[in-house]
Amino acid sequence: MQHGKYRFVVGFLAVPLGLYTLFVIWPFIQSIYYSFTNWTGLSPEFSMVGFDNYARMLDDDIFWKSLQHSVMFALLVPLVTLGLALFFAFMINVGGRRRRGGPAITGVRGSGFYKIVYFFPQVLSIAIVALLFQFAYNPDSGAINSLLRGIGLDSVQPLWLGDPNIALWCVMAVLVWSTVGFFVVLFSAGMASIPAELYEAALLDGANRSATFFKVTLPLLWDTVQSGWVYMGILALGAESFAVVQIMTTGPGGPDYSTTVMVLYVYQKAFRDGQAAYATTIGVALLVVTLAFAAVVMRLGRRERLEY
Amino acid sequence: MKTTDTPAAVPAESGAPVDRGGAPSGGPRKEKKEGTTLNVFSHGVLVIWAIMVGMPLVWAVMTSFKDDAAIFGSPWSLPDTLNFGNWSRAWSQAHMSDYFLNTVLVVGGSLVGTLVLGSMAAYVLARFDFPGNRFIYYLFIAGMSFPIMLALVPLFYVVDNMGLLNTIHGLILVYIAYSLPFTVFFLTGFFRTLPTSVAEAAFVDGASHTRTFFQVMLPMAKPGLISVGIFNFLGQWNQYMLPTVLNTDPDKHVLTQGLVQLAVSQGYKGDWSGLFAGLVMAMLPVLAAYIVFQRQVVQGLTAGALK
Repeated sequence: MQHGKYRFVVGFLAVPLGLYTLFVIWPFIQSIYYSFTNWTGLSPEFSMVGFDNYARMLDDDIFWKSLQHSVMFALLVPLVTLGLALFFAFMINVGGRRRRGGPAITGVRGSGFYKIVYFFPQVLSIAIVALLFQFAYNPDSGAINSLLRGIGLDSVQPLWLGDPNIALWCVMAVLVWSTVGFFVVLFSAGMASIPAELYEAALLDGANRSATFFKVTLPLLWDTVQSGWVYMGILALGAESFAVVQIMTTGPGGPDYSTTVMVLYVYQKAFRDGQAAYATTIGVALLVVTLAFAAVVMRLGRRERLEY
Repeated sequence: MKTTDTPAAVPAESGAPVDRGGAPSGGPRKEKKEGTTLNVFSHGVLVIWAIMVGMPLVWAVMTSFKDDAAIFGSPWSLPDTLNFGNWSRAWSQAHMSDYFLNTVLVVGGSLVGTLVLGSMAAYVLARFDFPGNRFIYYLFIAGMSFPIMLALVPLFYVVDNMGLLNTIHGLILVYIAYSLPFTVFFLTGFFRTLPTSVAEAAFVDGASHTRTFFQVMLPMAKPGLISVGIFNFLGQWNQYMLPTVLNTDPDKHVLTQGLVQLAVSQGYKGDWSGLFAGLVMAMLPVLAAYIVFQRQVVQGLTAGALK
């Protein structure tokens, strides 16, 4: 298979690699370079300013707020999402009533139905989901407050996205809502491949359901949970939090910067305020946060791999 | 293999209560009670979440048929009459038809491009030894974890300088470039699992490398291409951040942008019903496709996450 090998390799790699380098790799390298300049983005002229942008960033209160919010997005959203998903997946696969003479562990009736419905939000664009919830959160005519009025809770009418104290939680809840189903399906597939004998052995030894969950299911699913956390955290730091915050909250960025996240701040500095160089500086900080997050989760979560 | 379908391996019918699990001290009655409580409880929480997922969607569909007075007056009541006028207004006056067309063009072009270029690169990386192979592979992989927004600031000017800003083909090229990391990662793994003997046989028979790839390897890789194709289709159809930055001309807007634009402008015009019709219009095709191709979609979307 040697004949003409290199010509073939080069021929096949040239276009994809070229496109990828030009549109992905090269801009990344450029933006790190730009973070040391005073480039506005509006004119082609700029000069090197050393670490000025970084010094400015450390003094920027909005930057620190956005950093804090982004870290919350990366830690809390996956934690709640994965927790709920594990719980639902366990209920779907193990929570069923035991039928006489049936297997020791059964799923609930209609498990397929739940999996189909839960997965709905995953196929919708996060932009559409964000728009939908922007209306649902509307204090006067939104679905949530009118539902509260409907069940007699007239006194409980929060401003939701308009209240700086809860706006961030409202936005994070939307991400959780839209992603839980994906992980329910993912974990269900993982749970289905755990041999039933392991559960049966645990039940024989007198373990109750919650013990089987923590002693059997969770350890065997740990790899999937961990990579799910990294995957979800990267999304929550990047594209998904950009969409929900930019679309749902006023400003955008919420009342009193209460929902500003780093990715949105980069966008606003570059494309609204004409401070491209400063935007790339915040972007570099976002890169550091993302890589640090992935490294921490991978390291903290490292366990001996269980073969079964 | 599903746990739920697996026949019992323990002697569940042997008659000894202790074999049926549950607390060892508990007799059959206590055990049954635990099972029932758990069953009611698990069905309860599962139903609640199903309602929480379904309600907003049902609410949106209902709202899309109401007039504005009903939307504000009684958000949860069923529409009195089905106002199909909302839908036609959204389709023509609010330019939903244009947004659909733009999205179909962009996603169609970039999906084909992603699959062709991605499988070419993945095949070479999976099957050929050459200096730099590992480096190029990891270069592609690295793109999966970097925050895209960082690259978008300079990318805007790169694309602008090439005259590709606010063009459909420019957007297609960018979509392809940003879809390559996962596609290459997934397909490289897939090509490695395919047997080498078939390609070698084709090669011995005188087929060129290129021909072997297109006529032998690609057909064999069809299951992998379908999975990664669905993954990319949904990702590109639902894409919001890339077009927001690189596609600012209202005439070229894709669906997600168009809807957000619509939400802003309808707010001024007060045409909420038209906006909801637009939202539902954008939601339904994807949901319908998901229900029809449910198994493939789930497989495609979870393919990367499960080893």
